[in-house]
Amino acid sequence: MKAWTWRPISDVSVAALNRAARRLPTWVVYLLGALPGPVVFYQGLTGGLGPEPIKALEHALGLYALQFLLAGLAISPLRRLAGLNLIRFRRALGLLAFYYVSLHLLVWLLLDVQVPAAIWADLVKRPYITVGMAGFLLLLPLALTSNSFSIRRLGRRWRQLHRAVYAAVLLGALHFVMLRKGLQIEPLIYFSLAVGLLALRLPLPRVCRKAE
Amino acid sequence: MARRWTNDLTTADVTPEALFLNRRQLMTGAAATGLGLTLGRPAGAAEEMPAPNSWEDITSYNNYYEFGTGKSDPAENAHSLITAPWSIRIDGLVDRPGDYDLTDILAKMDLEERIYRFRCVEAWSMVVPWQGFELADLLDLAGVQDAARYVAFETVLRPEEMPGTRYPVLDWPYREGLRLDEALHPLTIMATGIYGKPMPNQNGAPIRLVVPWKYGFKSIKSVVRITLTDQEPYASWNAYNPREYGFYSNVNPNVDHPRWSQATERRIGGGLFARRSPTLMFNGYEDEVAVLYEGMDLATYF
Repeated sequence: MKAWTWRPISDVSVAALNRAARRLPTWVVYLLGALPGPVVFYQGLTGGLGPEPIKALEHALGLYALQFLLAGLAISPLRRLAGLNLIRFRRALGLLAFYYVSLHLLVWLLLDVQVPAAIWADLVKRPYITVGMAGFLLLLPLALTSNSFSIRRLGRRWRQLHRAVYAAVLLGALHFVMLRKGLQIEPLIYFSLAVGLLALRLPLPRVCRKAE
Repeated sequence: MARRWTNDLTTADVTPEALFLNRRQLMTGAAATGLGLTLGRPAGAAEEMPAPNSWEDITSYNNYYEFGTGKSDPAENAHSLITAPWSIRIDGLVDRPGDYDLTDILAKMDLEERIYRFRCVEAWSMVVPWQGFELADLLDLAGVQDAARYVAFETVLRPEEMPGTRYPVLDWPYREGLRLDEALHPLTIMATGIYGKPMPNQNGAPIRLVVPWKYGFKSIKSVVRITLTDQEPYASWNAYNPREYGFYSNVNPNVDHPRWSQATERRIGGGLFARRSPTLMFNGYEDEVAVLYEGMDLATYF
């Protein structure tokens, strides 16, 4: 480990966590990560989301998507700064984010707006919808090329392509900030997290590298 | 001088709470079996005869940002608001300014039931059976002077009882305003109850304004001050974002909010497969109030 890295937890526990992570099959992450989708839908059907379940479902799914995107973005800083290696779960986190974005979009289309003409009008006239949709469209090719075949086939270009997730997470967080009434804290926290996780990827200034 | 306006809905049209809840269970069951799209419509779907929402819907889905910005926050947090004793300061261009105790006010008022459509600017709606009296009668107590043109309202601000006011979501206290003719219109009431019960805190206890042809945020809750002025008063949402929230904020399906269409609305309580229904001009009160806005461009004065 580099001398300047943060050590919030001891090297021993990081090693233990890394060992545990190596033993955890990725399908467990897919399963547990996907579960809140059907659960929240069932709650909507049975009154668990309150008197207006459509918006509640739509918002819950959108929030899960943003949370998984942020979790995916945290993987490489965690390895670099804390020595925690969760890289084998990154594809699962990204695909789960895409799964929730898709469900969020479907609920918006089918349950919320309902009328095709109104959908188009919203897309072109409402900036927060446009921003959200742009985020979804950016994620689409990433989800399609998330398989091992595409990674081998695209080689270096795969890495370049998948940097689009940086823009997608910013668009997603911006979409969240834009849709609230009044000055509200929750969307701003998500937006700051997104900006922070992206900032960690910027080349470090010299002062920080001095101790290396 | 009550009874200027007569309801076309009566208590007989109110779905008994128990029956309403049964119907919701039926609809939920139907939705689960795939029949929800037809059964999920508000019963009858007739614009003239909407079934009022259940007590549960009306008291658990609220916008009252002083208690939090989530829809369920007011129901969870508003119990901390102390609503008795309560008085309303009526001042400005009136003959008898002063603090009017709510008990004294109510002793002079004739409470009526008004079953009104309630349309939120966020494109959802309910039907609420209010009890209250006409604002005009309250203003008569204080004696409106000839120079008055507008009425300003203010919500109580007690940070220790209202956790949401710790955050600068809006510039507290919440304030709203009406033109004097709007305030004196017989549809405009001060409500003190719902379904014959005292106003729940989350709905604006102990007394709130209800202006049924305007977006819900105009119907200011827990009123502690009413000021008659000759100038258009400060209105919280209008001041926060004048492009999105106009001073008038009349329900108008033809003038969209910049971020969403106002052409349709979703009735609360229809479940996961509720269909949208068309929004009515002035929320269905066009015959009664259109005359107030004759000659005004409603796209400019939105």
